[in-house]
Amino acid sequence: MPSLGSDMEAGTLVQWLKHPGDAVKRGDIIAVVDTQKGAIEIEVFEEGVIESVQIKQGEKVPVGTVLAMIRGTGPERPRVPAATAPPSAPAREGPPTPAAVSAPQKRPHEEPSRLRVSPLARKLAADLGVDVTQVEGTGSGGAITREDVERAAAALKTSAAHKPSAPTARAGDMRAAIASAMARSKREIPHYYLSSTIDMSGSLAWLRAENEKRPVAERLLPVALLIKAVGLALREVPELNGYWIDGAFREGTGVHVGCAISLRGGGLVAPGLHDADRMDLGTLMRQLTDLVARARTGSLKSSDLADPTITVTNLGDQGAEAAFGIIYPPQVALVGFGKIAERPWVCSGKIEARPLLTATLSADHRATDGHRGGAFLAAVDRLLQAPEKL
Amino acid sequence: MAKMATTTYREALRTALKEALVKDPRVFLMGEDVGQYGGSYAVSKGLLAEFGPERIRDTPLSESTFVGAGIGAALGGMRPIVELMTVNFSLLALDQIVNNAATIRHMSGGQFNIPLVIRMATGAGRQLAAQHAHSLEGWYAHIPGIRIVAPATLEDARGMLWTALEDPDPVLIFEHQTLYNMEGPLADDAGPVDIDHAAIRRSGKDLSLITYGGTLGKTLQAAETLAREGIDAEVIDLRSLRPLDMPAILESVKKTHRVVIVDEGWKSGSLSAEIIARIVESAFYDLDAPMARICSAEVPIPYPKHLEDAALPQPAAIVAAAREVVGRRG
Amino acid sequence: MTPDDIKRVVLDVLTRIAPEVDPASIQSGVSFRDQLDLDSMDFLNFVLALHDRLGVDIPEGDYPRLYTLDGAVAYLASKSVRAAAP
Repeated sequence: MPSLGSDMEAGTLVQWLKHPGDAVKRGDIIAVVDTQKGAIEIEVFEEGVIESVQIKQGEKVPVGTVLAMIRGTGPERPRVPAATAPPSAPAREGPPTPAAVSAPQKRPHEEPSRLRVSPLARKLAADLGVDVTQVEGTGSGGAITREDVERAAAALKTSAAHKPSAPTARAGDMRAAIASAMARSKREIPHYYLSSTIDMSGSLAWLRAENEKRPVAERLLPVALLIKAVGLALREVPELNGYWIDGAFREGTGVHVGCAISLRGGGLVAPGLHDADRMDLGTLMRQLTDLVARARTGSLKSSDLADPTITVTNLGDQGAEAAFGIIYPPQVALVGFGKIAERPWVCSGKIEARPLLTATLSADHRATDGHRGGAFLAAVDRLLQAPEKL
Repeated sequence: MAKMATTTYREALRTALKEALVKDPRVFLMGEDVGQYGGSYAVSKGLLAEFGPERIRDTPLSESTFVGAGIGAALGGMRPIVELMTVNFSLLALDQIVNNAATIRHMSGGQFNIPLVIRMATGAGRQLAAQHAHSLEGWYAHIPGIRIVAPATLEDARGMLWTALEDPDPVLIFEHQTLYNMEGPLADDAGPVDIDHAAIRRSGKDLSLITYGGTLGKTLQAAETLAREGIDAEVIDLRSLRPLDMPAILESVKKTHRVVIVDEGWKSGSLSAEIIARIVESAFYDLDAPMARICSAEVPIPYPKHLEDAALPQPAAIVAAAREVVGRRG
Repeated sequence: MTPDDIKRVVLDVLTRIAPEVDPASIQSGVSFRDQLDLDSMDFLNFVLALHDRLGVDIPEGDYPRLYTLDGAVAYLASKSVRAAAP
């Protein structure tokens, strides 16, 4: 039973479209499976003859369950199980098992237990961020070698650049990466959360006037002010800017603000704006625009991802009111900005409609306490009240 | 440029012996049939006439005795060269070599050293059967206190002896019996060579073929076949089996990431096993494929030609192993 | 440029920003941001590209007029568009 999404735990076999004795080849639809997301056709990734089906129509089974056995074709393989292929282990001959239908990336001759990856390839894959389960091995016995990883890394880059809309394997990888980082964060980091409502009327008025003066290509979005304010506030509370490594806080060298960027088709990356506290708003906006464009075309550089010292997630004008984010380890803080919306605000004893912004801080309690977190949000607020100085 | 002259491995060894006998009066040669008969592989032919029976000494068929005599002579200030007919027969002198030659410097707290050189033939390929054809140099390479070298080229046959004589400790020189007739050009002024370093006999980038002695030629032949298939093999001649030149081996592994070891010794408990272990210890993350070995079949070396051939490492097997290690090229 | 030409440019710009979108499926009267999930950065890029392709100056105050396909075509046509180089 293939996994058709990270949230899928089981599926119901609705219908077999192929039956024992039928020949199948790569790409054939062999069954229909019902999941929470609806009925999904199951492709086969092997060539051969269906030897047996293990699951009856209507049966609901967990992800990973063997649905059918496919005997590989080929003259060298004896039809009758011989000494090398005891009847109890038909998988030896035409060895599809779960890999045949559920994991197209895995090769048929592979034991499900452990991928054959050379030590060098495994190390390189880790360095290049390549998921070895997605790599086709050309080494001895189908092992994944350095060249295979390099090819996969290059292909990843190319496919990301040319067809950002349909990188399903990549999106799956990304999901897995997010899952792992976020699960680790929630497991290891004792988060505390603070929020603060900020009156944005001054900032927005200044921005409106500023943008009137600016040509289209140089216009600013509110997010530029927010990031700059975060950068400057971190100078005042540097203990939020850096990493928790080996049981101790290490302050970042420079303020590199990771910007959470959602990708079309799902997923998220948080590349960094280097020295965000030192850039003027025009430069910051230009670099942010460039970063977003590159994130979305899959052409980020390793330097973009290497060393953000904090992350900012900005829900923008379409988003929710507030974001209480999960820290991206080993960073120690994440700043969330909700959408700016007109809401009632008490000013000099009177209620007025003002554009308000909810700023939040998720911080690692091992590195800081709420008092310093509060000081940080207060600084962000204060800085945004004087946008001309940003 | 020095003038090149065609010579053989045997003649190169003889020239080296002559040079040593001329240069250093403390040098003498002893062994079974080295005098009247000219050496069982004819290496010392003519030396008796030239240098006389004091310096070219025939010995009784008693390896333990004359190796022991060599050790004593070395202790007494001489520079003996002892020839053992084959490595199989050297086993009769194991006690002298392992218990005495290798230990006396250590057991005397450095007061006595043994500047002894032992030459012997090793290996198979000439239908001499199991008692004259084994490759036991790997055993000797196990022993601390002695150096083990294996000349595989004319230059090394010519040059290793003098350097070995200069060494204050025992050096065993293993001459593969198929090499004596090897013919080729050698510079007229060829002389002593270092005995510390491995040599790259062919530079390549796709895999490292590590070998020494009698299998160097077969390995180079395999490398040429591989080159025609687009596989660029590096061939390393170990030259020194103890100590191993690990820096040279590791440097090659870090370049090619793949290793095939060719050794006429058996696999079990062997030099090839030791090399693999050390590469894994030091360069695990540089490896891009499991390392492979082409060694002799685990049988006493057979006498019939077809069985002897089948038991020994051959170029075809080296090529096949290299292909397997390199994998499907894409 | 005819309104049809302008519409073609608008759709081309949009599908560059949101490559997964089938231009034929875009509803003319519904906000792009709602049907195409554009964020403020996408929208800024949309305006910028229209500016580059059509040579029109679009003040920030006019942004709301570009929110739908119909609106955008009408607005851009009204700005007496000069033909851009192909």
